[in-house]
Amino acid sequence: MYMQKSIAEATVGHIGSRQARVEDAALLQGQGRYADDMATPPGTLQAAVVRSPHAHARIRSVDASRALTMKGVHGVLTGDDVKRWSNPFPVGVRAPMEHWPLAVDKVRYVGEPVCVVIADDRYLAEDALDAVQVEYEPLTPIIDPEAATLNDAPILHEGVGSNVVNERNFRYGDPERAFAEAPHRITLKVQYPRNSCTPIECYVVLAQYLPASETYDVMANFQGPYALHSVMCRALNVPANRLRLRTPPDSGGSFGIKQGVFPYVVLMGLASRKVGAPVKWVEDRLEHLQASSSATNRVCEIEAAVEANGRVTALRYDQIDDCGAYLRAPEPATFYRMHGNLSGAYTIRNLAVRNRVVLTNKMPTGLNRGFGGGQVYFALERLMQHVAAELGLDPLEVIQRNLVPAGVFPYRAAAGALLDSGDYPAAVELARRKGNLDELLQRRDQARAEGRLYGIGYAAVVEPSISNMGYITVAMTPEERQKAGPKNGAVSTATVSVDPLGSVTAHVSSTPQGQGHQTVVAQIISELLGVKLESISVNVELDTGKDAWSIASGNYSSRFSGAVAGSVYNATLKIRERMATIAADMWQVSSTDVRFADGKIFVENGPSQPFHRVAGTTHWSPGLLPEGETGGLRETAFWTPPQLEAPNDQDCINSSLCYGFILDFCGVEIDRVTGQVRIDKYVTTHDAGRILNPMLVEGQILGAYSQALGVALMEEFAYGEDGSFLSGTLADYLIPTAPEVVDPVILHMETPSPFTPLGAKGVGEGNNMSTPVCIANAVADALGRSDIKLPLTPSRVRSMIGIDEPAAPEGLVMDAPKVAGGSALQANDLVEIPAPPQQVFDAILDPETLKAIIPGCHALELESENHYRADVTVGVGMIRARFAARVALTDLDPPHSLRLSGSGNSPMGSATGSAKINLVALENGNTRLEYAYEAAVTGKVAAVGGRMLQSASRVIIGQIFTRLAQRLSGKPIDTSLWQRLRALLGMGGTK
Amino acid sequence: MKPAVFDYVRAANKREALQQLTEHGEQARIIAGGQSLMAVLNMRLAQPKVLIDINQASDLHYLKVENNCLKVGAAVRQVELLDRTSLVDEVPLLAQAMPWIGHFQTRNRGTVCGSVAHADPSAEIPLCLVTLGGTVVLESLKGKRREVPAAEFFQGVLTTEKRPDEMVVEVQFPLREADVIYRFHEVAMRHGDFALVALAACIRQGEVDLGVGGVADRPTLRRLPLGAELKDSLNTLAWSLGAQDDVHASAPYRRQLVRELGQQLIEDNDHARAS
Repeated sequence: MYMQKSIAEATVGHIGSRQARVEDAALLQGQGRYADDMATPPGTLQAAVVRSPHAHARIRSVDASRALTMKGVHGVLTGDDVKRWSNPFPVGVRAPMEHWPLAVDKVRYVGEPVCVVIADDRYLAEDALDAVQVEYEPLTPIIDPEAATLNDAPILHEGVGSNVVNERNFRYGDPERAFAEAPHRITLKVQYPRNSCTPIECYVVLAQYLPASETYDVMANFQGPYALHSVMCRALNVPANRLRLRTPPDSGGSFGIKQGVFPYVVLMGLASRKVGAPVKWVEDRLEHLQASSSATNRVCEIEAAVEANGRVTALRYDQIDDCGAYLRAPEPATFYRMHGNLSGAYTIRNLAVRNRVVLTNKMPTGLNRGFGGGQVYFALERLMQHVAAELGLDPLEVIQRNLVPAGVFPYRAAAGALLDSGDYPAAVELARRKGNLDELLQRRDQARAEGRLYGIGYAAVVEPSISNMGYITVAMTPEERQKAGPKNGAVSTATVSVDPLGSVTAHVSSTPQGQGHQTVVAQIISELLGVKLESISVNVELDTGKDAWSIASGNYSSRFSGAVAGSVYNATLKIRERMATIAADMWQVSSTDVRFADGKIFVENGPSQPFHRVAGTTHWSPGLLPEGETGGLRETAFWTPPQLEAPNDQDCINSSLCYGFILDFCGVEIDRVTGQVRIDKYVTTHDAGRILNPMLVEGQILGAYSQALGVALMEEFAYGEDGSFLSGTLADYLIPTAPEVVDPVILHMETPSPFTPLGAKGVGEGNNMSTPVCIANAVADALGRSDIKLPLTPSRVRSMIGIDEPAAPEGLVMDAPKVAGGSALQANDLVEIPAPPQQVFDAILDPETLKAIIPGCHALELESENHYRADVTVGVGMIRARFAARVALTDLDPPHSLRLSGSGNSPMGSATGSAKINLVALENGNTRLEYAYEAAVTGKVAAVGGRMLQSASRVIIGQIFTRLAQRLSGKPIDTSLWQRLRALLGMGGTK
Repeated sequence: MKPAVFDYVRAANKREALQQLTEHGEQARIIAGGQSLMAVLNMRLAQPKVLIDINQASDLHYLKVENNCLKVGAAVRQVELLDRTSLVDEVPLLAQAMPWIGHFQTRNRGTVCGSVAHADPSAEIPLCLVTLGGTVVLESLKGKRREVPAAEFFQGVLTTEKRPDEMVVEVQFPLREADVIYRFHEVAMRHGDFALVALAACIRQGEVDLGVGGVADRPTLRRLPLGAELKDSLNTLAWSLGAQDDVHASAPYRRQLVRELGQQLIEDNDHARAS
């Protein structure tokens, strides 16, 4: 194994040094080459995607004929094409669930692709989107994951017959006995929300179908894992060498989410096949937020068997993962990535686990930084805090009492994780001392003495890295695994070559997404070959047609520093050994005496040659090489750790190769009035094994921490109960920006991993696992509450503090409707009309009047008695949408009441509404028209305009009745006067 | 996220802009900073046939004190108000509110009149204008120049008194009055986000004009008594605004902030903290 100097002693430019990133010169000068910058072949067309406005609906018909006649449109790919040319995506569980790249029979989430329009440019393609007529039959959606498990829930996939597509029960040790013997059983139910890491760059695919060789040649900003290449090939129904997949040199960020581009690789490949030309698609932000991928939301009931001193002897997990509308590979990996280390950093030997995977009408889930860890630790570390609170113990003491002790590594955890190295108690001590915990505790005492709300939270986490490619098979029973054949390991590759002029080039299949892989690769080579770091070229583009790769290739599970950097080290060693042998043969010395430094190859106090001369020999004069030396200088290393075994028959799985350790603590203060959570101090202590570049490590920690602040405090993909998606802009889905990020104190210790070539472990995801729960624990401590729900928005926190509302003053008849999720709109109002009820009633039933009073009604056509088709443009201010609508008048009780209903589709989404109208005769001969309506809006307008929907619907519906009043009075009603009058009377109107 | 086809017309002056509006009416939109309009166009939530660019209309680019008002022409960007050192003496409420508006990038492009014309219920400039009893000046080619009190101009979410052939050519903020204390505060998810609740107060002898943004469908002004009755009148105000739940905050939360932050702001319990 590599033996390294400590960070302080690292040579400039070598492993362990604070080497500045070699990537940055290009990026900071605007010379990055991102996916959208890649040259397109002549004749490349642009795609836009028709997406479902409904959360759940049957597709009755798709008619693209009008779109096909539009300017610049070359073709429309439909579900029929997709069925003809492809297969459903394979999935990791045995359930008959079909997932195609386009919806073929039903749509199951808002934003699901239904058709692809291919045109000369994106503008023209978007023009034609509106012309594709899709007729839907809306079905009842199911949004809540617990409700989705019930027998009477609407079913997403009739072929499966249940929304629960996978259930597994596990038992490690003797949990029943531990629970029976424990003096305390402490339970907590938690929910982890849906969120995402939202990179600046969204998905990009450039696909070309080559009919002669039946090959799909695709460039996409895919990040791996390349096991998904197999999934794409199966879907496209081609051998793997007929899907050439390439990635661009630079990435605008991923954080896991770019895994989810793979269905679009297939989709755009088919689109290219449809039009016989290369097709490019660039995802926009709305598409990304509503339909790319997200973290899996989880409901977890967790229970601990606890001794009086806080020692936990057993855990029981009952978990539901909501994977959205389709189980998409690699799901249900959110569960199983963390399965081996479900006992966290603790020596808890007894576990009972029930895992259920449910499908709901939301976008499918997938990789997201900290994959699976945020969910597990939110339950486990909230529970540890809760144990301390319940038993009146210090939370840090409870953590310490349960930690895996020093000196027992490698330590086999209950569910199979082989914790490779560490000294957890020492890390806690480091955090306490250097993070100045005592001072923070005093600050809390002081704040509380002053009546302020202040809390301290802790989290202890093991951060897994380098996933075992076999972990996902834990979703299957041992018998099913037996049948399918074992899966395990994690092959990484690297290639290092030296060219005829003696410069060094390396290639890695790690598809970096901004982490600085090129820098670290160059550091390793520079140290081993003694060449200048700046002279080394590191290529990180991956081309499955040419490069060394395997299923574990890609950028995920923090596998670079442990696995890929290790392979670079191994490949470079091979080069060095060959060059040393050549030099030794030349000088007739032992190859072990040959040294590499300062651009030279030499023997101490002996002969010396420039590096390029020795390298050149292998190209220019191979006849001079020693026997057995083949000439040329290019080495590819493949490496897989033997510790990553397949799951055994007891379902024990070493789900990752390395396990770093993190101990976080923080102090927060909560504003009693606004509910805003202010982070006073945050300390995060990491042991990620050998540190290859401290600057990059700190960058990773800061990045994960910042994203985790979003998880803790503001980020959530919100869905209405009707399944409408409500977070379609970055003004609705809020992510922390620089002013919101309070700098953490970052502390390090290094316990090298015995299992990786360089002793390094992953470090980029840990704070996504530790920080959300650490902040939640601090808020729990501040408020003395256990029911902590993320994100901790000001409104949510304030309602936990308590809102003791004084009653509404008399005469002000209004109580806010409960608008769960925010998309169900309801209100009531009234208007006085200068005509008797019978006249008002007759007027509403008169088609001419109806046409006149519906705002923006261009045409009203009778379908059957009191049922109409209408062409209506509605909106507020400049925002307008044209609806093909149906209008009906029902429940007629002349002249007392009736119901006015409408529903319609527009490019901006779907709307339905219904108003119950009561007509009350007034003494002055006039009518008081009272109405109460309910409306629901879904699709784009709900996704981007949720903040204003309630008010907008009130305006639009109100217009109907003011126009009726105008028409019957024969004169315009001054609406502003009317409203001022109403304001004076305190008639806000909302119920 | 590409806009539908539109024609672009650059107006050299106010008259040209009004001519275009007369010709195209509802099919046309004025573009100045484009900070709201461009997003709406790109999402195709609006598909005007014509964009009338007033950025080159120099006769709309003025900031002047006249008739006891600060008059702001339609081409004046928000940053120009923020950078105006005398603003704190002229319209102190606005000077307090300006830093809360969006981010420096949006203020560099966004105009003062554009924010008024857009009529977002959470926006700070409309709130200040209403609270101070300011005026919106509308002009059209054919009709007469209208000076509309701000409280009447805002008619609901994104909805105003402006007719399709009119444009907001100027807004007028009344200058500071002696013996009035001006205070502004808002709560948003992040600095620069749409306000969950925004409060603007003009505190006088025995009474206060309190403007509330982000709760009702438009900025709303009430005159409240100071002293013992304040609490009850804040409660009445809070309930009368028709607060809504949305993904960011509940209606009870918004009402409670009107009550509690309103009282803090007016009684200056903790205004130092608020600012």
